[in-house]
Amino acid sequence: MSRSLILGACLSSLVLLAAAVSFVWTPYDYTALNIPDKLQPPNAQHWFGTDHFGRDMFSMIMVGARTSIAVALVAVGIGMALGVPLGLTAAARKGSALDELIMRGNDLVFAFPSLVIAILITAVFGAGAINAIIAIGIFNIPVFARITRGAALSLWEREFILAARVSGKGAARISAEHILPNVANLLIVQGTIQFSLGILAEAGLSYVGLGAQPPTPSWGRMLADAQTMVSFAPHLALIPGLAIIVTVLGLNLLGDGLRDWLDPRIRVART
Amino acid sequence: MRFLPIFWFHRCWTGSACAPNVASMLRYALKRLISLVISLAVASVVIFAVIEVAPGDPASFMLGVNAQEDTLAALRAELGLDVSKLQRYFNWVGGMMVGDFGTSYTYRTPVSQMIADRLWVSLPLALYALTLSTAIAFPVGIYAAARRGKPGDLTVMGATQLGIAVPNFWFAMMLVLVFAINLRWFNAGGFVGWDKGLWAGLHSLTLPAIALALPQAAILARVMRSSLLDILGEDFMRTARAKGLSRRQALWRHGVRNALIPVLTIIGLQFSFLLAGSIIIEQVFYLPGLGRLVFQAISARDLIVVESVVMLLVFAVITVNFLVDLAYAAVDPRLRSRT
Repeated sequence: MSRSLILGACLSSLVLLAAAVSFVWTPYDYTALNIPDKLQPPNAQHWFGTDHFGRDMFSMIMVGARTSIAVALVAVGIGMALGVPLGLTAAARKGSALDELIMRGNDLVFAFPSLVIAILITAVFGAGAINAIIAIGIFNIPVFARITRGAALSLWEREFILAARVSGKGAARISAEHILPNVANLLIVQGTIQFSLGILAEAGLSYVGLGAQPPTPSWGRMLADAQTMVSFAPHLALIPGLAIIVTVLGLNLLGDGLRDWLDPRIRVART
Repeated sequence: MRFLPIFWFHRCWTGSACAPNVASMLRYALKRLISLVISLAVASVVIFAVIEVAPGDPASFMLGVNAQEDTLAALRAELGLDVSKLQRYFNWVGGMMVGDFGTSYTYRTPVSQMIADRLWVSLPLALYALTLSTAIAFPVGIYAAARRGKPGDLTVMGATQLGIAVPNFWFAMMLVLVFAINLRWFNAGGFVGWDKGLWAGLHSLTLPAIALALPQAAILARVMRSSLLDILGEDFMRTARAKGLSRRQALWRHGVRNALIPVLTIIGLQFSFLLAGSIIIEQVFYLPGLGRLVFQAISARDLIVVESVVMLLVFAVITVNFLVDLAYAAVDPRLRSRT
């Protein structure tokens, strides 16, 4: 096990733990206003200080982790649930019109950056966490479709697949029973990377007001609120930013480490 | 007759008038061009359809709930909303082809004019950031590859790992805190305008460009490093050393040049991330670019503006990717046979 795997696993579990614990315990009520104690820098009572309403930043960061993880995780789920079957189908019908259709559709979705999709959705349906999930999720579909197809294509040339065909299994059954288990490692690694990209995207969307709406705390919106106060209360901007960095860095290291650990030969496309 | 381009094109296509190399490139370019046009057509239908789903009638939104029915009808006719959906779609697409993006619902000015004004901020910002990120990434990536596994390389890899994890809008806020609020070297936001001179304009775009460039530079440096490491293992690099070039000479004359091809592709692909990133960065610095235009249009429910700006962004991304594909195929003939 490499150092990056261990460090990544530690950082990621720290964030997951904070999110999980926030369901049962936070130091303070994250919605409780306490104006006399507003804008306190980090201290013994408020580990991460307080915001302009006197809310405890540590509690908000914990609950904000929940929002970020939920949005990014569901978005990865959408991407996998739709992208993987599409990729498997395209590989099984290589060179057919269906394959062409799926891959060109992928290219098309790729041409809409997730923020542009989010803008379109928001313009029509309004802002919210659900719409952020959809925007990030749609963008994940071609990523998983492409990586599944790429890996599946080379598997289809292998002898054990030929053996399965000779034994009378259809393309759908071969895809599910033989191809999918063999691309699973790759999907786990890519899933980790998309998860971290999803955390960044969620932060960006809620920063511009297209993500989770108040009173649900989200790291991106905490940064947006902090913007006008950064000159006299820099901790308001510093802490949510560090929370995002720790999460994304942890997931990226975990992804890199997993890739090397699961299979030193595979290489995952990441941009 | 035989000098007419179309005739030459046909002869070349059939392989008799020009080198097979040119013919295969032409065939590839044409195939990609067709798929480019189809992509743009589908994208325009999707964008139009999504905006059509939006509830509410722009005319009644503009005039308020107490508007008379005949006033509403007159306004709808003026905005071109009184025809069928299909007709409206073709009016929109046809207009865009000749540079007419319709009229803004809220400002009553041509959308093309609004976009053109904002492009003078967004486009220079994107190009400035691209230049910065390339200028940072190339030397850093080459440095790391040349010192593979040594402390210098490990430091660079750690730093780029961190650079990828930093959200650019947060980095932008930190830049404002340090360089605008504390050191007062730059303004915290706003754009002075190009009429104040090139230097003043660039100066007010510097912090946004740095914020946008840093995460891109981190990714690009990693690509540059791994691409160069691949090349360093090639036989021709060993030959270059064997014929007496020093490590440094071999690296610069043969290594870097060959490593650039995949790096250029990534730069092209990153264009869409740069565009999306600049939409958010414009919010941090209150820059009057395309991003702010879109958000203002969303809150004013000025959907024609949203529709046209989104189409323009998608057009830019699809076209840049098309050009990157062509450039790549021109360099590497093997790619032309692949669809």
